[in-house]
Amino acid sequence: MHGLINRAIQRFVTDTYGPERWAQVARSVDLGFTDFEAMLVYDSALTPRVLDAVCGDLGKPRDEVLEDIGTYLVSHPNAEALRRLLRFGGVDFVEFLHSLGDLPERARLAVPDLDLPDLELHEHAPDRFSLTVRGSRDGFGHVMMGILRSLADDYGALVLLDHRGARHEQEWIDITLIETGFAEGRDFDLGARAG
Amino acid sequence: MTCRAADERAGPDVAAWRGVLDTLCPMHVVLDPSGHVVHAGPTLRKLRPDAPLTGGRFLDRFELRRPRGVTSMADLMASSGIKLHLRFRDTPATGLKGVLMPLPGGGGAIVNLSFGISILDAVRDYRLTSGDFAATDLAIEMLYLVEAKSAAMEASRLLNLRLQGAKIAAEEQAFTDTLTGLKNRRALDHVLGRVIAAGVPFALMHVDLDFFKSVNDRLGHAAGDHVLQEVARIMMAATRRGVDTVARTGGDEFVILFEGLTDRAALARVASRIIEEMEKPIPFEGHVCRISASCGTALSSDYDTPEAERIMADADTALYASKRRGRACHTFFSPGLIDPPPPRASDNPPLQT
Repeated sequence: MHGLINRAIQRFVTDTYGPERWAQVARSVDLGFTDFEAMLVYDSALTPRVLDAVCGDLGKPRDEVLEDIGTYLVSHPNAEALRRLLRFGGVDFVEFLHSLGDLPERARLAVPDLDLPDLELHEHAPDRFSLTVRGSRDGFGHVMMGILRSLADDYGALVLLDHRGARHEQEWIDITLIETGFAEGRDFDLGARAG
Repeated sequence: MTCRAADERAGPDVAAWRGVLDTLCPMHVVLDPSGHVVHAGPTLRKLRPDAPLTGGRFLDRFELRRPRGVTSMADLMASSGIKLHLRFRDTPATGLKGVLMPLPGGGGAIVNLSFGISILDAVRDYRLTSGDFAATDLAIEMLYLVEAKSAAMEASRLLNLRLQGAKIAAEEQAFTDTLTGLKNRRALDHVLGRVIAAGVPFALMHVDLDFFKSVNDRLGHAAGDHVLQEVARIMMAATRRGVDTVARTGGDEFVILFEGLTDRAALARVASRIIEEMEKPIPFEGHVCRISASCGTALSSDYDTPEAERIMADADTALYASKRRGRACHTFFSPGLIDPPPPRASDNPPLQT
């Protein structure tokens, strides 16, 4: 698994619950090191073990932790660079939704060996969409739930999300758009460049 | 002169096409036959909110950097169809790329502009948004790429820094000279300490190459490195594998620790063999390198309490005596020998390991 993913889990735990909590997780999984390197590739079996340890340590179900990670990735100041990259996807939330199909390709442009599950958006009505997540082993759909929920806030849109479950490495998310201009949303300054 | 009148001078069709052009090319300007701006696209207008371009002479507002020497509308029209490099005359003096096409029927021209590589500064200076670019413009994708790549590069840079630090730390802890594969000074100190602590008798032989500097100067460092590797091989062959320690302690200085061996005749034979082997010509890329070696040995059995530093210094004194005797020979330490002069910094370049 790409280090960026493991690193995201580590940073979520560290920034949300403190470095001691992460050290505990690293010990319980017997990592042999404390810090994941974002630009190295790790054994794929490691990621679910780390996730299980995080869930055990926090006493939360895995789906919930994964969604929290998605939320963290978009809303925490330390992950601002990623929020900005996602916001490049569209000027409003609907345009962003339509850009999701390009997300794995966009990620590969930046980091060629980062393989994200395939995403496919279906538009059923102007305010009703569904997202199919393909090739997801570790519950990436739940991470997407967190990302979508937080980005909707970011764009100032009001949405309802429903994770419809997983089967054969596929996950489905229903997205209902209640209002696009629900709140002010956060600024996206093209020229700001996150550090 | 109203804009409408100017528009009509620029050709009656242009006014009608204005909306089309504003969407397709939000950074275009329409010039009348005299070279005055009759219309500027919405993004271009946004760049100069307090000093509208419309009504002014195009070349008064933009400096044409390439092609050079364009001072009139006639010059400008002569540059039609080729890539123009321009810059605002007032600040911020944003650089722009452009292309001019004459309107049919001598009705002026349209210049379409874009930021080119200045886009990174431009989005910041003018607070541009996605809506300021044509839907087909790759500007947003480029900005995305720049940010994504910068983030990835930064992560890689930090990783490289950490790996470099780890490498230096590992090298500092290493016991091996990377060029020759011999032990290094740190390893020698380690073994010497162990041997002395265990009370094992030993001999310490300093080996210093003669004429090595001339090989380096004449044939370059690659030849010098090759000679050092050959020399290392010779000393390894002349000593007992797994028992003796051969260390490179300086650029062309070596120390051999003979564990459990203080027999003068045997040591003298080893020294002679080493010197003899080293004097054989060493071929390197069509050249022949010729060196020799001087040796000096101190024996632990000559001391009541052997001390590493003392024995090292005495072996050095013996080596110095060999050098004084005309090089290419071996000397055992004895108290009558003259101490070598204190080393000058240039004599013993520190080893990069």
